[in-house]
Amino acid sequence: MLSAQSLALIDREVAKYPADQKRSAVMGALRIALEERRSTGETPEARCLNQEVIEFVANYLEIPPVAAYEVATFYNMYDMKPVGKYKITVCTNLPCALSGGVNAAEYISGKLGIAIGETSTDGMYTLLEGECMGACGDAPVLLVNNHSMCSFMTPEAIDKKLAELK
Amino acid sequence: MAVFVNGVIFDGVDTAAADAWRLDAYVARGGYQALRKILDSKLPQEDVIAEVKNSGLRGRGGAGFPTGLKWSFMPRSFPGDKYVVCNTDEGEPGTFKDRDILRFNPHALIEGMIIAGYAMGTKAGYNYIHGEVFAEYQRFEEALEEARKAGFLGQHILGTDFSFELYAHHGYGAYICGEETALLESLEGKKGQPRFKPPFPASFGLYGKPTTINNTESFASVPFIIRDGAQKFLEAGKPNNGGTKLFSVSGHVNRPGNYEIPLGTPFSTLLEMAGGMRDGKKLKAVIPGGSSAPILPAEIMMSCTMDYDSISKAGSMLGSGAVIVMNEDVCMIKALERLAYFYHEESCGQCTPCREGTGWLYRVIHRIANGEGRPGDLELLDSVGNNMAGRTICALADAAVFPVRSFTKHFRHEFEYAIEHGKTLVDHKWC
Repeated sequence: MLSAQSLALIDREVAKYPADQKRSAVMGALRIALEERRSTGETPEARCLNQEVIEFVANYLEIPPVAAYEVATFYNMYDMKPVGKYKITVCTNLPCALSGGVNAAEYISGKLGIAIGETSTDGMYTLLEGECMGACGDAPVLLVNNHSMCSFMTPEAIDKKLAELK
Repeated sequence: MAVFVNGVIFDGVDTAAADAWRLDAYVARGGYQALRKILDSKLPQEDVIAEVKNSGLRGRGGAGFPTGLKWSFMPRSFPGDKYVVCNTDEGEPGTFKDRDILRFNPHALIEGMIIAGYAMGTKAGYNYIHGEVFAEYQRFEEALEEARKAGFLGQHILGTDFSFELYAHHGYGAYICGEETALLESLEGKKGQPRFKPPFPASFGLYGKPTTINNTESFASVPFIIRDGAQKFLEAGKPNNGGTKLFSVSGHVNRPGNYEIPLGTPFSTLLEMAGGMRDGKKLKAVIPGGSSAPILPAEIMMSCTMDYDSISKAGSMLGSGAVIVMNEDVCMIKALERLAYFYHEESCGQCTPCREGTGWLYRVIHRIANGEGRPGDLELLDSVGNNMAGRTICALADAAVFPVRSFTKHFRHEFEYAIEHGKTLVDHKWC
Protein backbone atom coordinates (compact mmCIF):
# COMPACT_ATOMS: atom_id res chain seq x y z
CA MET A 1 0.00 0.00 0.00
CA LEU A 2 2.75 2.47 0.93
CA SER A 3 6.31 2.51 -0.39
CA ALA A 4 9.27 1.28 1.62
CA GLN A 5 10.46 4.86 1.76
CA SER A 6 7.20 6.05 3.32
CA LEU A 7 7.26 3.21 5.82
CA ALA A 8 10.82 4.13 6.82
CA LEU A 9 9.65 7.70 7.41
CA ILE A 10 6.73 6.45 9.49
CA ASP A 11 9.13 4.32 11.53
CA ARG A 12 11.13 7.45 12.28
CA GLU A 13 7.97 9.08 13.61
CA VAL A 14 7.15 6.04 15.75
CA ALA A 15 10.63 6.18 17.30
CA LYS A 16 9.92 9.63 18.75
CA TYR A 17 7.37 8.27 21.21
CA PRO A 18 7.43 5.73 24.04
CA ALA A 19 7.19 2.15 22.78
CA ASP A 20 3.66 1.73 24.11
CA GLN A 21 2.46 5.00 22.55
CA LYS A 22 2.63 4.29 18.83
CA ARG A 23 -0.68 6.05 18.40
CA SER A 24 1.17 9.36 18.81
CA ALA A 25 2.71 8.76 15.39
CA VAL A 26 -0.63 8.69 13.60
CA MET A 27 -0.53 12.37 12.62
CA GLY A 28 2.89 12.03 11.07
CA ALA A 29 2.00 8.71 9.45
CA LEU A 30 -1.11 10.12 7.81
CA ARG A 31 0.88 13.10 6.55
CA ILE A 32 3.47 10.77 5.04
CA ALA A 33 0.76 8.59 3.48
CA LEU A 34 -0.94 11.67 2.01
CA GLU A 35 2.37 12.95 0.63
CA GLU A 36 2.96 9.68 -1.16
CA ARG A 37 -0.51 9.69 -2.68
CA ARG A 38 -0.16 13.34 -3.68
CA SER A 39 3.14 12.81 -5.40
CA THR A 40 2.19 9.59 -7.17
CA GLY A 41 -1.56 9.98 -7.77
CA GLU A 42 -2.50 10.86 -11.32
CA THR A 43 -6.10 11.87 -10.68
CA PRO A 44 -7.65 14.08 -7.99
CA GLU A 45 -9.26 10.96 -6.47
CA ALA A 46 -5.89 9.20 -6.24
CA ARG A 47 -4.24 12.15 -4.48
CA CYS A 48 -6.34 12.25 -1.32
CA LEU A 49 -6.65 9.95 1.67
CA ASN A 50 -9.28 7.26 1.48
CA GLN A 51 -10.60 4.61 3.81
CA GLU A 52 -8.21 1.99 2.51
CA VAL A 53 -5.04 3.95 3.16
CA ILE A 54 -6.29 5.19 6.53
CA GLU A 55 -6.98 1.60 7.55
CA PHE A 56 -3.54 0.59 6.37
CA VAL A 57 -1.93 3.29 8.52
CA ALA A 58 -4.07 2.25 11.50
CA ASN A 59 -3.09 -1.39 11.12
CA TYR A 60 0.56 -0.47 10.72
CA LEU A 61 0.42 1.44 14.02
CA GLU A 62 -1.73 -1.24 15.66
CA ILE A 63 -4.57 1.16 16.49
CA PRO A 64 -8.27 0.86 15.65
CA PRO A 65 -9.07 2.20 12.15
CA VAL A 66 -11.60 4.61 13.60
CA ALA A 67 -8.84 6.22 15.69
CA ALA A 68 -6.90 7.07 12.54
CA TYR A 69 -10.07 8.10 10.70
CA GLU A 70 -10.97 10.51 13.50
CA VAL A 71 -7.59 12.19 13.17
CA ALA A 72 -7.72 12.35 9.37
CA THR A 73 -11.11 14.09 9.49
CA PHE A 74 -10.40 16.41 12.42
CA TYR A 75 -7.29 18.21 11.15
CA ASN A 76 -7.96 20.30 8.10
CA MET A 77 -4.70 19.81 6.20
CA TYR A 78 -5.43 16.13 5.49
CA ASP A 79 -7.15 15.98 2.10
CA MET A 80 -10.17 13.77 2.41
CA LYS A 81 -11.68 15.01 -0.85
CA PRO A 82 -10.26 14.76 -4.38
CA VAL A 83 -7.60 17.40 -4.84
CA GLY A 84 -5.73 18.97 -7.74
CA LYS A 85 -2.07 18.38 -8.48
CA TYR A 86 -1.47 21.75 -6.87
CA LYS A 87 -3.55 22.62 -3.86
CA ILE A 88 -3.31 26.36 -3.24
CA THR A 89 -4.50 27.54 0.16
CA VAL A 90 -4.65 31.30 0.63
CA CYS A 91 -4.91 32.83 4.09
CA THR A 92 -7.81 35.28 4.15
CA ASN A 93 -7.98 35.76 7.91
CA LEU A 94 -8.16 39.32 9.23
CA PRO A 95 -4.47 40.22 9.55
CA CYS A 96 -3.70 38.83 6.08
CA ALA A 97 -6.81 40.45 4.59
CA LEU A 98 -5.50 43.84 5.76
CA SER A 99 -2.41 43.24 3.61
CA GLY A 100 -4.01 41.78 0.51
CA GLY A 101 -4.98 38.20 1.43
CA VAL A 102 -8.53 38.47 0.11
CA ASN A 103 -7.32 40.26 -3.04
CA ALA A 104 -4.80 37.47 -3.62
CA ALA A 105 -7.48 34.78 -3.33
CA GLU A 106 -9.72 36.68 -5.75
CA TYR A 107 -6.87 37.19 -8.17
CA ILE A 108 -5.99 33.48 -8.22
CA SER A 109 -9.65 32.56 -8.52
CA GLY A 110 -9.96 34.84 -11.58
CA LYS A 111 -6.77 33.56 -13.13
CA LEU A 112 -7.60 29.89 -12.73
CA GLY A 113 -11.29 30.35 -13.45
CA ILE A 114 -12.33 28.43 -10.36
CA ALA A 115 -14.10 29.56 -7.21
CA ILE A 116 -12.69 29.01 -3.74
CA GLY A 117 -13.29 25.37 -2.84
CA GLU A 118 -13.19 24.17 -6.44
CA THR A 119 -10.78 22.05 -8.48
CA SER A 120 -10.05 22.94 -12.11
CA THR A 121 -11.61 20.54 -14.63
CA ASP A 122 -8.17 19.40 -15.80
CA GLY A 123 -7.43 18.29 -12.23
CA MET A 124 -4.43 20.60 -11.97
CA TYR A 125 -5.46 23.12 -9.31
CA THR A 126 -7.56 23.25 -6.18
CA LEU A 127 -8.10 26.65 -4.57
CA LEU A 128 -8.89 26.88 -0.87
CA GLU A 129 -9.25 29.57 1.71
CA GLY A 130 -7.11 28.92 4.79
CA GLU A 131 -7.08 30.00 8.38
CA CYS A 132 -4.14 31.54 10.18
CA MET A 133 -0.82 30.08 9.03
CA GLY A 134 1.22 32.01 11.58
CA ALA A 135 2.90 34.17 8.97
CA CYS A 136 0.72 37.32 9.00
CA GLY A 137 3.74 39.60 8.63
CA ASP A 138 4.42 38.07 5.21
CA ALA A 139 0.89 38.62 3.87
CA PRO A 140 -0.41 37.82 1.36
CA VAL A 141 0.58 34.24 2.17
CA LEU A 142 -0.36 31.00 0.51
CA LEU A 143 0.53 27.34 0.86
CA VAL A 144 1.15 25.05 -2.07
CA ASN A 145 0.40 21.40 -1.26
CA ASN A 146 0.43 22.01 2.51
CA HIS A 147 4.19 22.28 2.86
CA SER A 148 5.48 25.04 0.65
CA MET A 149 4.74 28.48 2.03
CA CYS A 150 4.89 31.43 -0.35
CA SER A 151 5.16 34.91 1.10
CA PHE A 152 4.35 38.42 -0.15
CA MET A 153 2.13 37.12 -2.95
CA THR A 154 1.43 40.21 -4.98
CA PRO A 155 -0.27 39.69 -8.37
CA GLU A 156 3.19 39.59 -10.01
CA ALA A 157 4.44 37.00 -7.53
CA ILE A 158 1.28 34.95 -8.08
CA ASP A 159 1.76 35.06 -11.87
CA LYS A 160 5.30 33.80 -11.42
CA LYS A 161 4.29 31.06 -8.99
CA LEU A 162 1.44 29.81 -11.17
CA ALA A 163 3.80 29.66 -14.15
CA GLU A 164 6.01 27.30 -12.10
CA LEU A 165 3.10 25.07 -11.10
CA LYS A 166 2.57 23.29 -14.40
CA MET B 1 10.11 39.05 6.43
CA ALA B 2 12.59 41.29 8.01
CA VAL B 3 12.88 41.03 11.75
CA PHE B 4 13.80 44.20 13.54
CA VAL B 5 15.39 43.28 16.75
CA ASN B 6 16.59 44.75 19.90
CA GLY B 7 16.30 42.44 22.83
CA VAL B 8 16.88 39.07 24.39
CA ILE B 9 15.97 36.23 22.05
CA PHE B 10 17.21 37.85 18.88
CA ASP B 11 20.16 39.62 20.46
CA GLY B 12 23.04 39.35 18.02
CA VAL B 13 21.11 37.27 15.49
CA ASP B 14 21.82 38.39 11.95
CA THR B 15 18.55 37.37 10.31
CA ALA B 16 19.98 38.12 6.88
CA ALA B 17 22.72 35.51 7.32
CA ALA B 18 21.72 32.10 5.97
CA ASP B 19 23.45 30.20 8.78
CA ALA B 20 22.44 32.36 11.75
CA TRP B 21 20.20 29.54 13.00
CA ARG B 22 22.90 26.90 13.06
CA LEU B 23 24.58 25.58 16.18
CA ASP B 24 27.99 27.17 15.47
CA ALA B 25 26.46 30.62 15.11
CA TYR B 26 24.41 30.12 18.27
CA VAL B 27 27.44 29.03 20.27
CA ALA B 28 29.40 32.00 18.94
CA ARG B 29 26.62 34.25 20.29
CA GLY B 30 27.05 32.72 23.75
CA GLY B 31 24.62 29.88 23.22
CA TYR B 32 24.61 26.83 25.49
CA GLN B 33 26.63 28.74 28.09
CA ALA B 34 23.60 28.74 30.39
CA LEU B 35 23.35 24.96 30.16
CA ARG B 36 27.09 24.61 30.79
CA LYS B 37 26.86 26.94 33.77
CA ILE B 38 24.12 24.80 35.33
CA LEU B 39 25.84 21.50 34.67
CA ASP B 40 29.34 22.66 35.65
CA SER B 41 28.15 24.10 38.96
CA LYS B 42 25.59 21.32 39.54
CA LEU B 43 23.09 24.07 40.26
CA PRO B 44 20.21 22.67 42.36
CA GLN B 45 16.90 22.38 40.49
CA GLU B 46 15.14 24.76 42.88
CA ASP B 47 17.76 27.42 42.20
CA VAL B 48 17.08 27.25 38.48
CA ILE B 49 13.36 27.61 39.11
CA ALA B 50 13.97 30.46 41.56
CA GLU B 51 16.03 32.29 38.93
CA VAL B 52 13.21 31.98 36.37
CA LYS B 53 10.71 33.14 39.01
CA ASN B 54 12.88 36.14 39.90
CA SER B 55 13.14 37.16 36.26
CA GLY B 56 9.43 38.05 36.18
CA LEU B 57 9.05 36.03 32.97
CA ARG B 58 5.36 35.58 32.20
CA GLY B 59 4.02 33.06 29.72
CA ARG B 60 4.38 34.45 26.22
CA GLY B 61 1.67 32.33 24.63
CA GLY B 62 -1.22 34.47 25.73
CA ALA B 63 -2.20 33.86 29.33
CA GLY B 64 0.80 35.64 30.87
CA PHE B 65 1.09 33.14 33.73
CA PRO B 66 4.44 33.37 35.59
CA THR B 67 6.70 30.73 34.04
CA GLY B 68 8.78 30.01 37.15
CA LEU B 69 5.65 29.46 39.22
CA LYS B 70 4.34 27.03 36.62
CA TRP B 71 7.61 25.11 36.79
CA SER B 72 7.35 24.92 40.57
CA PHE B 73 4.02 23.04 40.27
CA MET B 74 5.79 20.03 38.81
CA PRO B 75 6.35 17.23 41.32
CA ARG B 76 10.16 17.24 41.09
CA SER B 77 10.62 14.08 43.16
CA PHE B 78 7.98 12.10 41.21
CA PRO B 79 9.80 8.93 40.26
CA GLY B 80 8.12 8.03 36.92
CA ASP B 81 8.10 9.69 33.51
CA LYS B 82 7.46 13.40 33.29
CA TYR B 83 7.40 15.65 30.27
CA VAL B 84 8.25 19.14 29.13
CA VAL B 85 6.21 20.27 26.15
CA CYS B 86 6.61 23.35 24.02
CA ASN B 87 3.62 24.93 22.35
CA THR B 88 4.70 26.14 18.92
CA ASP B 89 1.21 25.64 17.57
CA GLU B 90 1.07 29.28 16.68
CA GLY B 91 -2.28 29.92 15.01
CA GLU B 92 -3.78 32.87 16.83
CA PRO B 93 -4.51 35.31 14.00
CA GLY B 94 -1.92 38.05 14.07
CA THR B 95 0.77 35.98 15.81
CA PHE B 96 3.89 34.99 13.90
CA LYS B 97 6.73 35.33 16.38
CA ASP B 98 7.39 31.69 17.22
CA ARG B 99 7.87 30.85 13.57
CA ASP B 100 10.72 33.37 13.49
CA ILE B 101 12.27 31.82 16.59
CA LEU B 102 12.35 28.45 14.79
CA ARG B 103 13.66 30.09 11.65
CA PHE B 104 16.37 32.24 13.11
CA ASN B 105 17.22 30.97 16.59
CA PRO B 106 15.96 27.41 17.17
CA HIS B 107 18.80 26.53 19.52
CA ALA B 108 17.62 29.15 22.03
CA LEU B 109 14.40 27.16 22.29
CA ILE B 110 16.25 23.84 22.47
CA GLU B 111 18.56 25.12 25.21
CA GLY B 112 15.61 26.59 27.10
CA MET B 113 13.78 23.28 26.98
CA ILE B 114 16.84 21.32 28.11
CA ILE B 115 17.20 23.67 31.08
CA ALA B 116 13.48 23.25 31.83
CA GLY B 117 13.96 19.50 31.67
CA TYR B 118 16.83 19.76 34.16
CA ALA B 119 14.90 22.03 36.52
CA MET B 120 11.83 19.81 36.60
CA GLY B 121 13.61 16.47 36.52
CA THR B 122 12.16 15.31 33.23
CA LYS B 123 13.90 13.10 30.74
CA ALA B 124 11.95 13.88 27.61
CA GLY B 125 10.26 16.74 25.84
CA TYR B 126 8.26 17.46 22.73
CA ASN B 127 7.88 20.57 20.64
CA TYR B 128 4.46 20.68 19.00
CA ILE B 129 4.82 22.72 15.80
CA HIS B 130 2.02 24.42 13.86
CA GLY B 131 1.01 22.41 10.79
CA GLU B 132 1.31 25.21 8.26
CA VAL B 133 5.01 25.86 8.88
CA PHE B 134 6.56 22.68 7.51
CA ALA B 135 9.87 24.28 6.54
CA GLU B 136 10.35 25.47 10.13
CA TYR B 137 9.48 22.00 11.42
CA GLN B 138 12.20 20.55 9.21
CA ARG B 139 14.68 23.17 10.34
CA PHE B 140 13.89 22.43 13.96
CA GLU B 141 14.48 18.72 13.35
CA GLU B 142 17.84 19.61 11.84
CA ALA B 143 18.73 21.82 14.80
CA LEU B 144 17.86 18.95 17.16
CA GLU B 145 20.23 16.74 15.25
CA GLU B 146 23.01 19.32 15.56
CA ALA B 147 22.44 19.57 19.31
CA ARG B 148 22.52 15.77 19.68
CA LYS B 149 25.75 15.47 17.74
CA ALA B 150 27.38 18.17 19.83
CA GLY B 151 26.44 16.44 23.08
CA PHE B 152 24.00 19.13 24.28
CA LEU B 153 21.04 16.80 23.90
CA GLY B 154 20.51 13.10 24.51
CA GLN B 155 22.17 10.72 26.94
CA HIS B 156 24.75 12.07 29.42
CA ILE B 157 24.67 15.64 28.29
CA LEU B 158 28.20 17.15 28.24
CA GLY B 159 29.46 14.04 29.99
CA THR B 160 27.27 14.44 33.08
CA ASP B 161 24.57 12.23 34.61
CA PHE B 162 21.88 14.43 33.13
CA SER B 163 20.03 13.03 30.10
CA PHE B 164 17.24 14.64 28.15
CA GLU B 165 15.63 13.73 24.81
CA LEU B 166 13.70 16.21 22.73
CA TYR B 167 11.50 15.56 19.68
CA ALA B 168 9.42 17.59 17.26
CA HIS B 169 5.77 16.79 16.63
CA HIS B 170 4.14 18.31 13.58
CA GLY B 171 0.50 19.44 13.79
CA TYR B 172 -1.76 19.40 10.76
CA GLY B 173 -4.16 22.30 10.88
CA ALA B 174 -6.27 22.82 13.99
CA TYR B 175 -6.28 26.14 15.87
CA ILE B 176 -7.65 24.44 18.96
CA CYS B 177 -4.40 22.54 19.47
CA GLY B 178 -2.88 25.78 20.75
CA GLU B 179 -4.99 25.10 23.87
CA GLU B 180 -2.62 23.14 26.06
CA THR B 181 -4.77 20.13 26.85
CA ALA B 182 -5.98 19.86 23.23
CA LEU B 183 -2.30 19.93 22.30
CA LEU B 184 -1.63 17.02 24.65
CA GLU B 185 -4.51 15.03 23.16
CA SER B 186 -3.12 15.74 19.70
CA LEU B 187 0.36 14.71 20.80
CA GLU B 188 -1.17 11.43 21.93
CA GLY B 189 -2.49 10.94 18.40
CA LYS B 190 -6.08 11.92 19.02
CA LYS B 191 -8.51 14.62 17.92
CA GLY B 192 -7.43 17.89 19.51
CA GLN B 193 -10.28 18.32 21.94
CA PRO B 194 -9.48 20.06 25.21
CA ARG B 195 -9.61 18.17 28.49
CA PHE B 196 -11.63 19.19 31.46
CA LYS B 197 -9.45 20.74 34.15
CA PRO B 198 -8.63 19.83 36.89
CA PRO B 199 -6.60 17.70 36.84
CA PHE B 200 -4.07 20.13 35.45
CA PRO B 201 -1.20 18.96 33.24
CA ALA B 202 1.30 19.31 36.10
CA SER B 203 -0.34 16.27 37.67
CA PHE B 204 -2.03 14.57 34.68
CA GLY B 205 -0.50 15.63 31.37
CA LEU B 206 0.99 13.80 28.41
CA TYR B 207 0.17 10.07 28.64
CA GLY B 208 -1.28 10.87 32.05
CA LYS B 209 2.13 11.90 33.42
CA PRO B 210 3.12 15.20 35.05
CA THR B 211 3.73 17.69 32.23
CA THR B 212 4.64 21.35 31.89
CA ILE B 213 3.68 23.21 28.74
CA ASN B 214 5.18 26.56 27.85
CA ASN B 215 5.20 28.78 24.81
CA THR B 216 8.16 28.87 22.43
CA GLU B 217 9.11 32.43 23.33
CA SER B 218 8.96 31.62 27.06
CA PHE B 219 11.40 28.72 26.71
CA ALA B 220 13.62 30.70 24.35
CA SER B 221 13.96 33.44 26.99
CA VAL B 222 15.33 31.04 29.60
CA PRO B 223 18.96 30.74 28.39
CA PHE B 224 19.36 34.53 28.68
CA ILE B 225 17.86 34.52 32.18
CA ILE B 226 20.22 31.80 33.40
CA ARG B 227 23.30 33.11 31.60
CA ASP B 228 22.94 36.83 32.31
CA GLY B 229 20.83 36.62 35.44
CA ALA B 230 17.22 37.17 36.39
CA GLN B 231 17.88 40.74 37.38
CA LYS B 232 19.13 41.73 33.96
CA PHE B 233 16.05 40.24 32.31
CA LEU B 234 13.72 41.87 34.82
CA GLU B 235 15.36 45.23 34.33
CA ALA B 236 14.82 45.00 30.59
CA GLY B 237 11.09 45.36 31.23
CA LYS B 238 9.16 46.94 34.05
CA PRO B 239 8.00 45.65 37.47
CA ASN B 240 5.58 42.68 37.19
CA ASN B 241 6.34 42.69 33.45
CA GLY B 242 9.88 41.41 33.22
CA GLY B 243 11.96 41.31 30.10
CA THR B 244 11.54 42.06 26.48
CA LYS B 245 8.69 40.73 24.38
CA LEU B 246 8.26 39.90 20.75
CA PHE B 247 5.46 41.87 19.16
CA SER B 248 4.13 40.68 15.82
CA VAL B 249 2.85 43.76 14.06
CA SER B 250 0.50 43.15 11.14
CA GLY B 251 -2.09 45.04 9.15
CA HIS B 252 -1.96 48.60 7.88
CA VAL B 253 1.62 49.51 8.74
CA ASN B 254 4.55 50.12 6.42
CA ARG B 255 6.81 47.44 7.91
CA PRO B 256 4.90 44.47 9.30
CA GLY B 257 7.18 42.19 11.26
CA ASN B 258 8.41 41.08 14.65
CA TYR B 259 9.78 43.65 17.05
CA GLU B 260 11.51 42.55 20.22
CA ILE B 261 11.23 45.45 22.63
CA PRO B 262 11.17 46.00 26.39
CA LEU B 263 7.77 45.50 27.98
CA GLY B 264 6.43 48.92 28.82
CA THR B 265 7.40 50.54 25.51
CA PRO B 266 4.72 53.01 24.39
CA PHE B 267 2.47 51.73 21.60
CA SER B 268 3.21 54.88 19.64
CA THR B 269 6.91 53.94 19.61
CA LEU B 270 6.13 50.44 18.35
CA LEU B 271 3.93 51.89 15.62
CA GLU B 272 6.80 54.15 14.58
CA MET B 273 9.22 51.23 14.53
CA ALA B 274 6.82 49.43 12.22
CA GLY B 275 7.11 52.34 9.82
CA GLY B 276 3.91 54.10 10.81
CA MET B 277 0.57 53.86 9.04
CA ARG B 278 0.64 52.63 5.45
CA ASP B 279 -0.25 55.26 2.80
CA GLY B 280 -0.49 57.89 5.52
CA LYS B 281 -3.98 56.73 6.51
CA LYS B 282 -5.46 57.40 9.91
CA LEU B 283 -5.29 54.77 12.66
CA LYS B 284 -8.75 53.55 13.55
CA ALA B 285 -8.31 50.59 15.87
CA VAL B 286 -5.86 48.01 17.14
CA ILE B 287 -6.25 44.48 18.41
CA PRO B 288 -3.27 44.44 20.79
CA GLY B 289 -2.89 40.77 21.65
CA GLY B 290 -4.08 38.46 18.89
CA SER B 291 -7.57 38.00 17.48
CA SER B 292 -9.02 36.81 20.79
CA ALA B 293 -8.10 40.03 22.58
CA PRO B 294 -10.67 42.83 22.77
CA ILE B 295 -10.19 45.57 20.15
CA LEU B 296 -9.24 49.07 21.29
CA PRO B 297 -9.98 52.32 19.43
CA ALA B 298 -7.02 54.44 18.30
CA GLU B 299 -7.30 57.06 21.04
CA ILE B 300 -7.17 54.49 23.84
CA MET B 301 -4.40 52.53 22.16
CA MET B 302 -2.20 55.57 21.63
CA SER B 303 -2.15 56.15 25.39
CA CYS B 304 -1.11 52.55 26.20
CA THR B 305 2.28 51.08 26.84
CA MET B 306 2.95 47.57 25.57
CA ASP B 307 2.87 45.44 28.71
CA TYR B 308 0.44 43.13 30.48
CA ASP B 309 -0.74 45.67 33.04
CA SER B 310 -1.28 48.69 30.78
CA ILE B 311 -3.19 46.78 28.10
CA SER B 312 -5.27 45.02 30.72
CA LYS B 313 -6.14 48.35 32.36
CA ALA B 314 -7.28 49.64 28.97
CA GLY B 315 -9.73 46.74 28.78
CA SER B 316 -7.91 44.31 26.56
CA MET B 317 -5.13 41.72 26.88
CA LEU B 318 -1.51 41.62 25.79
CA GLY B 319 -2.15 38.00 24.84
CA SER B 320 0.46 36.65 22.47
CA GLY B 321 1.71 40.12 21.55
CA ALA B 322 0.06 40.12 18.14
CA VAL B 323 -0.71 43.70 17.24
CA ILE B 324 -3.25 43.99 14.42
CA VAL B 325 -3.41 47.53 13.11
CA MET B 326 -6.44 48.82 11.19
CA ASN B 327 -6.93 52.09 9.35
CA GLU B 328 -9.99 54.28 8.78
CA ASP B 329 -11.08 52.34 5.67
CA VAL B 330 -11.95 49.22 7.65
CA CYS B 331 -15.60 48.55 8.34
CA MET B 332 -15.64 47.09 11.82
CA ILE B 333 -18.54 44.79 10.97
CA LYS B 334 -16.58 43.23 8.08
CA ALA B 335 -13.51 42.82 10.28
CA LEU B 336 -15.54 41.16 13.02
CA GLU B 337 -17.34 38.97 10.49
CA ARG B 338 -14.00 37.51 9.38
CA LEU B 339 -12.96 36.76 12.94
CA ALA B 340 -16.35 35.25 13.78
CA TYR B 341 -16.02 32.98 10.75
CA PHE B 342 -12.63 31.85 12.01
CA TYR B 343 -13.89 30.85 15.46
CA HIS B 344 -16.87 29.06 13.94
CA GLU B 345 -14.56 27.17 11.61
CA GLU B 346 -12.12 26.26 14.38
CA SER B 347 -14.47 25.31 17.21
CA CYS B 348 -13.65 21.68 17.95
CA GLY B 349 -17.31 20.83 18.38
CA GLN B 350 -17.00 19.26 21.80
CA CYS B 351 -19.09 21.75 23.83
CA THR B 352 -22.54 22.71 22.58
CA PRO B 353 -22.41 26.40 23.59
CA CYS B 354 -19.25 26.89 21.50
CA ARG B 355 -20.10 24.61 18.57
CA GLU B 356 -23.56 26.17 18.10
CA GLY B 357 -22.81 29.62 19.51
CA THR B 358 -19.90 30.39 17.19
CA GLY B 359 -22.21 29.59 14.26
CA TRP B 360 -24.90 31.90 15.58
CA LEU B 361 -22.41 34.72 16.14
CA TYR B 362 -21.06 34.35 12.62
CA ARG B 363 -24.47 34.18 10.92
CA VAL B 364 -25.84 37.22 12.76
CA ILE B 365 -22.73 39.33 12.09
CA HIS B 366 -22.72 38.12 8.49
CA ARG B 367 -26.25 39.33 7.93
CA ILE B 368 -25.55 42.71 9.54
CA ALA B 369 -22.47 43.09 7.32
CA ASN B 370 -24.58 42.31 4.29
CA GLY B 371 -27.27 44.84 5.04
CA GLU B 372 -29.72 42.26 6.29
CA GLY B 373 -29.42 42.97 10.00
CA ARG B 374 -32.61 42.94 12.03
CA PRO B 375 -33.67 45.09 14.96
CA GLY B 376 -32.63 43.23 18.09
CA ASP B 377 -29.57 41.64 16.48
CA LEU B 378 -27.15 43.38 18.84
CA GLU B 379 -29.14 42.10 21.82
CA LEU B 380 -29.14 38.67 20.18
CA LEU B 381 -25.34 38.78 19.91
CA ASP B 382 -25.15 39.68 23.60
CA SER B 383 -27.46 36.89 24.55
CA VAL B 384 -25.62 34.27 22.50
CA GLY B 385 -22.29 35.49 23.88
CA ASN B 386 -23.52 35.35 27.47
CA ASN B 387 -24.54 31.75 26.93
CA MET B 388 -21.09 30.84 25.61
CA ALA B 389 -18.48 32.63 27.72
CA GLY B 390 -17.43 30.66 30.77
CA ARG B 391 -19.73 27.76 29.91
CA THR B 392 -17.35 25.52 28.03
CA ILE B 393 -14.35 23.29 28.74
CA CYS B 394 -11.78 25.62 27.19
CA ALA B 395 -11.46 29.32 26.42
CA LEU B 396 -12.19 29.18 22.68
CA ALA B 397 -15.79 30.21 23.32
CA ASP B 398 -14.59 33.17 25.37
CA ALA B 399 -12.09 34.00 22.65
CA ALA B 400 -14.93 34.09 20.13
CA VAL B 401 -17.07 36.30 22.37
CA PHE B 402 -14.42 38.88 23.38
CA PRO B 403 -14.10 40.37 19.90
CA VAL B 404 -17.89 40.52 19.49
CA ARG B 405 -18.35 42.32 22.79
CA SER B 406 -15.52 44.77 22.21
CA PHE B 407 -16.32 45.57 18.56
CA THR B 408 -19.99 46.17 19.38
CA LYS B 409 -19.02 48.26 22.41
CA HIS B 410 -16.44 50.56 20.85
CA PHE B 411 -17.96 50.77 17.37
CA ARG B 412 -21.63 50.35 18.24
CA HIS B 413 -22.72 53.17 15.94
CA GLU B 414 -21.43 51.25 12.91
CA PHE B 415 -23.53 48.22 13.81
CA GLU B 416 -26.60 50.31 14.60
CA TYR B 417 -26.25 52.21 11.35
CA ALA B 418 -25.97 49.02 9.29
CA ILE B 419 -29.02 47.47 10.97
CA GLU B 420 -31.06 50.63 10.50
CA HIS B 421 -30.01 51.54 6.94
CA GLY B 422 -29.39 48.14 5.41
CA LYS B 423 -25.84 49.11 4.43
CA THR B 424 -22.56 49.73 6.19
CA LEU B 425 -21.50 53.19 7.30
CA VAL B 426 -17.92 52.71 6.16
CA ASP B 427 -17.21 52.01 2.50
CA HIS B 428 -15.04 49.04 3.41
CA LYS B 429 -11.63 48.45 1.88
CA TRP B 430 -9.36 45.67 3.19
CA CYS B 431 -6.27 47.42 1.89
